[in-house]
Amino acid sequence: MLPSVRLAIIDSGGANIASLRYAIERLGVSSELTTDKTVIRNATHVILPGVGAAADCMGRLERANLVDTILNLQQPFLGICVGMQLLFESSEEGDVDCLGLLPGRVRRFPNRDGLPVPHMGWNNLEIQHPSPLLKNFTEQDYVYYVHSYCAPVSDVTLATTYYGEHFSAIVQHENIFGAQCHPERSAKSGALLLQNFLSIL
Amino acid sequence: MVVGDIIELASRYRDEGADELVFYDITASPHGRTVDRSWITRIAKILDIPFCVAGGIKSVAEAEQVLGEGAEKISINSPALSDPDLINRLSSRFGAQCVVVGIDSQTVDNDFRVYQFTGDPTRTRDSARRTVDWVREVQERGAGEIVLNCMASDGVRTGYDLAQLKAVRQICKVPLIASGGAGAPEHFRDVFMDAQVDGALAASVFHSGNIAIPDLKRYLIEQHIPIRP
Repeated sequence: MLPSVRLAIIDSGGANIASLRYAIERLGVSSELTTDKTVIRNATHVILPGVGAAADCMGRLERANLVDTILNLQQPFLGICVGMQLLFESSEEGDVDCLGLLPGRVRRFPNRDGLPVPHMGWNNLEIQHPSPLLKNFTEQDYVYYVHSYCAPVSDVTLATTYYGEHFSAIVQHENIFGAQCHPERSAKSGALLLQNFLSIL
Repeated sequence: MVVGDIIELASRYRDEGADELVFYDITASPHGRTVDRSWITRIAKILDIPFCVAGGIKSVAEAEQVLGEGAEKISINSPALSDPDLINRLSSRFGAQCVVVGIDSQTVDNDFRVYQFTGDPTRTRDSARRTVDWVREVQERGAGEIVLNCMASDGVRTGYDLAQLKAVRQICKVPLIASGGAGAPEHFRDVFMDAQVDGALAASVFHSGNIAIPDLKRYLIEQHIPIRP
């Protein structure tokens, strides 16, 4: 289906990266979970998953000496959840400087109107700009979220979700993509998102 | 239940549109044993929705194994009552979003009380905690979600315990999942509208086929409850 894809998943140390790998397998694509710079540079597509605190994830990338490699990626590159948050300039979570590939600061949900934090559950995407990543998506597509921090809406926002406020659900700048949701746990909508990403050349 | 049956049931609920699955081994804690983990990977490979594993997780190492096999979340109940600091350790290691605390609670003398070891009637006991105190404490310790199982309603199918869920909702700042009592579609509507819970958990009405998930979802959408179609 996607025969020419060589996908590198950056091993950011989260305990449940397995579910992302299984979702990729369900698309008929094999992936390599790695911190090897050469494997990452030579991949056709790169995904940065992230689970846990932003500061911990950034620390692991720095200790693995991967920051420069990531900053210089030319191929389609997708950050998921905390992996997407790391694409921005900084995060309020641990007050940490991040990769700075996208403008803005990631902030904690304010518990507005008594809304529970973390934001956990299924929401639809409000599409702001068309993109190959959102091909065949409609506003009836629901995706699964689990997060306490979110990225602001800006020029790089492709789709928003509303949870007391609008936040960036899907972002893109050139070859840099981000998804705040968990596509690996977002049923058919999530599979479509991953399929679209792996189809980007 | 044998593994093949678990896979088949999980596939059925996935296809019917369940938003999340919880796998319970309610007999795990009382007998001092843990769940057989070999099935988790098989479930993770076929499920494309979130799932949580509950039962007998008493340490960071056991939780790491469950999450490593592909579960999204772990749920702890009796072990958290015996060792409340376990919540802190799990939350700081994996993040609050992974850590669900299950609470078995019932009304006693006009108050709500937490019960422990509810999987085994011969060992079930009052944990000497007020439910509202424990709900506050587990949040402070880093729980990312609370499943409140109202024991008096459990298995009775006469509706969720709205009074108790409303009282807990008042002080619960993390996602709150209602459990115990679902018997009809109206019960789901009532618990979302009246108790403002984030999710409603049910087992027997789905297992028996009394309520089909697609029918329930259509009904809730007609009732203007915002859910995934």
